[in-house]
Amino acid sequence: MLEMNDIQAGYGRTLVLHGVTLPSAKVVAVLGHNGAGKTTLLRAAIGLIKPRSGQVIFDGDDITTVPPNKRVARGMAYVPQGQQSFAQLTTMENLQLVADGRRRGKALIEQQFSRFPALEKFATRKAGLLSGGQRQQLAIARALITEPKMLILDEPTEGIQPTIVAEIEHTVMQLASEGLSVLLVEQHIGFALEAADKYLVLASGFASSTGEGGASAAEGVRVAMAI
Amino acid sequence: MPTRVRDPTLQNRLQNSAPNRERPHVDALIPPLLNGTALGALLLLAALGLTLTFGQMGVINMAHGEFIMAGAFIAYLTQLVVTSSNISIVLALPLAFLGAGLLGLLLEVGIIQWMYRRPLDTLLVTVGVSLILQQIALQIFPAQGVPVESPGWLDGQADILGYAWPLRQVFTIVLAALCLAALAAWLKYTSFGRRIRATVQNRDLAETSGIPTRTVDRITFFVGSGLAGVAGVAASLIGGTNSQMGTQYIIPAFLVVVAGGVGQIKGTVIAAWAVGIALSFFADWTTGSMAQVLAFVLVVIFLQFRPQGLFTVRTRGLT
Repeated sequence: MLEMNDIQAGYGRTLVLHGVTLPSAKVVAVLGHNGAGKTTLLRAAIGLIKPRSGQVIFDGDDITTVPPNKRVARGMAYVPQGQQSFAQLTTMENLQLVADGRRRGKALIEQQFSRFPALEKFATRKAGLLSGGQRQQLAIARALITEPKMLILDEPTEGIQPTIVAEIEHTVMQLASEGLSVLLVEQHIGFALEAADKYLVLASGFASSTGEGGASAAEGVRVAMAI
Repeated sequence: MPTRVRDPTLQNRLQNSAPNRERPHVDALIPPLLNGTALGALLLLAALGLTLTFGQMGVINMAHGEFIMAGAFIAYLTQLVVTSSNISIVLALPLAFLGAGLLGLLLEVGIIQWMYRRPLDTLLVTVGVSLILQQIALQIFPAQGVPVESPGWLDGQADILGYAWPLRQVFTIVLAALCLAALAAWLKYTSFGRRIRATVQNRDLAETSGIPTRTVDRITFFVGSGLAGVAGVAASLIGGTNSQMGTQYIIPAFLVVVAGGVGQIKGTVIAAWAVGIALSFFADWTTGSMAQVLAFVLVVIFLQFRPQGLFTVRTRGLT
């Protein structure tokens, strides 16, 4: 569904990704140490940074120069790192923002409320006042309301209390099993590999190793990351 | 520079109309307070647009004053076509909103869209645009300005707190209040308002949530500039309408934006009122130009203690 071929990207004069190609699979996990270029790869996937060279192809179309909002319209959804939300908007407004203009807008919000009951409970609360875990649920709900074909998740369980981590992991697995494509960056290797069909290990902006997902891959990945 | 916006005959009239009571201190204080409130209302209309564009896009638009001028000239032109000033001023309001808004849109599409998040560049370029617009106005209209006749229903005075208040000033205050209420409701309750607020708070997140932030920027710029046009209509009734008029509003309007807290409507309202009243008092004690200097100093001192302005939102774009 999403292809990224030989991507070179960076910020200012600093090159972060030195020609990275994403393995093609329904669920892909990107692993690596801090600063390896994982987030940069995802930002290039959704269009927040323009690659200096290489191609991004979604659903057969070259979208390398398409702005992020149009990528969302094409069926990509992005949940950035750090439980980001529109802090001054209420939980409901955060959801309405993406539901506006959609035919089944209300139903889509209801659907997310049943997926994440906490959001319904705090619908009128400003998103900035939610807990980290609730904000992350809100971020995922916001992404799902756009009815994506593909979900891009940047460290969805980072800095979140363990009980909610389990819920979020469960949600991601469930979405993947429902047929949604997922591109996942995750520090928690066990969960990432369990969810993934294929994995990519990044090291200093290079693709250092790639292979099939599944629990059995964990040992190989740990070795690849240790190098 | 003719910075004294208030009606020069007002103080006399107010003093003559003051109730026959022994309260000389209050009598000295009330007229500038009334004047200042009207001036504050005008500054509010000017500053609302600025705070939207500065807050959302990091654009310092020095040509905003010329949008006020455009609004005032549109009021004059409307009067040439619809000679009854009773009707023309009402017609002029939406026309000025539209005209100044389109001017703003033109500026955004033509120039500003290439320099988002580069405040200094936008400052320099829009100063140039402001001079060009002034020159264009000077080519079309006489240098000494044009008269905008105030409608009959605004000629009288209202008796408020025992003082006679020119209806034109009351009109300005009511107009500002209506625009403020409309803007606040638009931002709070409409889907477009949500999009604007989201874009102000986190542009990248808005963009990746599927919001076309560039379109949002354009419409915000249109609305912000349009409000300046409305301010221009009110200004044409209170002060003179000439090619220089924008310059007397732009600096106080920016003072209001900065003192109120960028992107903050609540803060803008309070700051507009405070700056308007400060300007009026200072103008009473000194001269119009000196009043601007003093107001400027006051805001600089205020910002030493509260650099973020009266109110703030923590937005990623402005840190």
